[in-house]
Amino acid sequence: MTSILCPEIPKPGFSFDNCQRNATLESKGFAVPKATKTGTTIVGIIYKDGVILGADTRATEDTTVADKNCEKIHFLAPNMYCCGAGTAADTEMTTQMISSKLELHRLFTNRVVRVCTANQMLKQYLFGYQGYIGAALILGGVDSTGPHLYSIYPHGSTDKLPYTTMGSGSLAAMAIFESRWKPDLTEEEGIQLIRDAIAAGIFNDLGSGSNVDVCVIRKGSVDYKRTYDEANKKGVRQASYRYPRGTTKVLDTKVFTVEETVHQLETESMDTA
Amino acid sequence: MNMGNDWMDAAHSTGTSIMAAEFDGGVVIGADSRTTTGAYIANRVTDKLTKVTDHIYCCRSGSAADTQAIADIVSYHLNFHGMELGEEPPVEVGAAVFKELCYNYRDSLMAGILVAGWDKLKGGQIYSIPIGGMCVRQNVSIGGSGSSYVYGYVDANFKPKMSKEDCVKFVTNTLALAMSRDGSSGGVVRLGIITEKGIERRVILGTDLPKFYED
Repeated sequence: MTSILCPEIPKPGFSFDNCQRNATLESKGFAVPKATKTGTTIVGIIYKDGVILGADTRATEDTTVADKNCEKIHFLAPNMYCCGAGTAADTEMTTQMISSKLELHRLFTNRVVRVCTANQMLKQYLFGYQGYIGAALILGGVDSTGPHLYSIYPHGSTDKLPYTTMGSGSLAAMAIFESRWKPDLTEEEGIQLIRDAIAAGIFNDLGSGSNVDVCVIRKGSVDYKRTYDEANKKGVRQASYRYPRGTTKVLDTKVFTVEETVHQLETESMDTA
Repeated sequence: MNMGNDWMDAAHSTGTSIMAAEFDGGVVIGADSRTTTGAYIANRVTDKLTKVTDHIYCCRSGSAADTQAIADIVSYHLNFHGMELGEEPPVEVGAAVFKELCYNYRDSLMAGILVAGWDKLKGGQIYSIPIGGMCVRQNVSIGGSGSSYVYGYVDANFKPKMSKEDCVKFVTNTLALAMSRDGSSGGVVRLGIITEKGIERRVILGTDLPKFYED
């Protein structure tokens, strides 16, 4: 018996009460709401003096384009940036949280944070959530030991590579890298390769589109090129198709007088006694 | 928008060929270099031979995320243990720590690991820790999806106390055969020779792999 003096203690742990109801609703055809996923092309390479990251700018919700010009290259630290694919909210919050932890780590150690540290933090965080945080990341940066590039998967596994691609457009982009990447590219060659890889994703993958963002990270400097290229510019109309006034003839005119009645309401004063 | 893209959300796993063999004076460990997500090769130059201490390495198979996390944790424990001990931990201890994690978390892990190394107590050793978390010492051990194709070859060709180069040749041949028959294995062969002096790493490129009957 529940009373004020002897309250019923709720069962500890997560309540699964609604799971059966949700399963029933789903089986009857109720569409479960889905998170915005960035059907994406993101890429990264190591070149002669550092790393270059690239991303498209389309965010999708199922088959709808939710954002035509979103930012997928996130700031982690002054010497590190991170491209995100997967669930938009997860990539955004994960990078912000790790960015904060990296700054505290820099203050604590009084050193420029290493890229391998960020990689270890990200993989341990994602592994803890067993893939439920849908963040697929490309981490790039330069530290005292040189340039580094990692790809990080939602389940928490990581690869250290000289060139990498991720997201739904990764196959199209990887095809470009596999045919044209070589060690010690110049900055110009590198940026052109990144642009072509992202463009391959934009044109050949339905989940990717709009513009190309590029981020060049060298030792001691960063060049964040937002909208480096507009892959498909909107065409300009050749002529005006508006009809001039009077094209349609007025055949007949009728004028009605509309009667209006106005009711004046007396305001009632508030009782302030 | 799922257009049959299994590679987008499939767990990253190392459909693999890995092996380790004892020889006179140490162990040879080897692995292919393919990491797959569904049917897509996510990494064709993976290093599945992961360092734990200077004289203990592990060969990883199963979920990439799980095995990387386990290797990181064991590496931390053994380094800590090494500092308290004042000397490097024995291979047996390394295998025991791996086993403890693999057994206790057997319901949530997908990991088949070979722990190999050298210590002054027992010389070169190999411990096999398959999926349930069992731990058993073997003179030669193979693992991963590709291993099923080469059990016969290993049983027919392994000899205890081979010379170093004979053992390297044996491991290379076994892995080349496994990689040629298993679709989830391939790329290059990565080798590690662990002796009293530490590890010697070698890579055999896809073009330099030994050739067998191909028709």
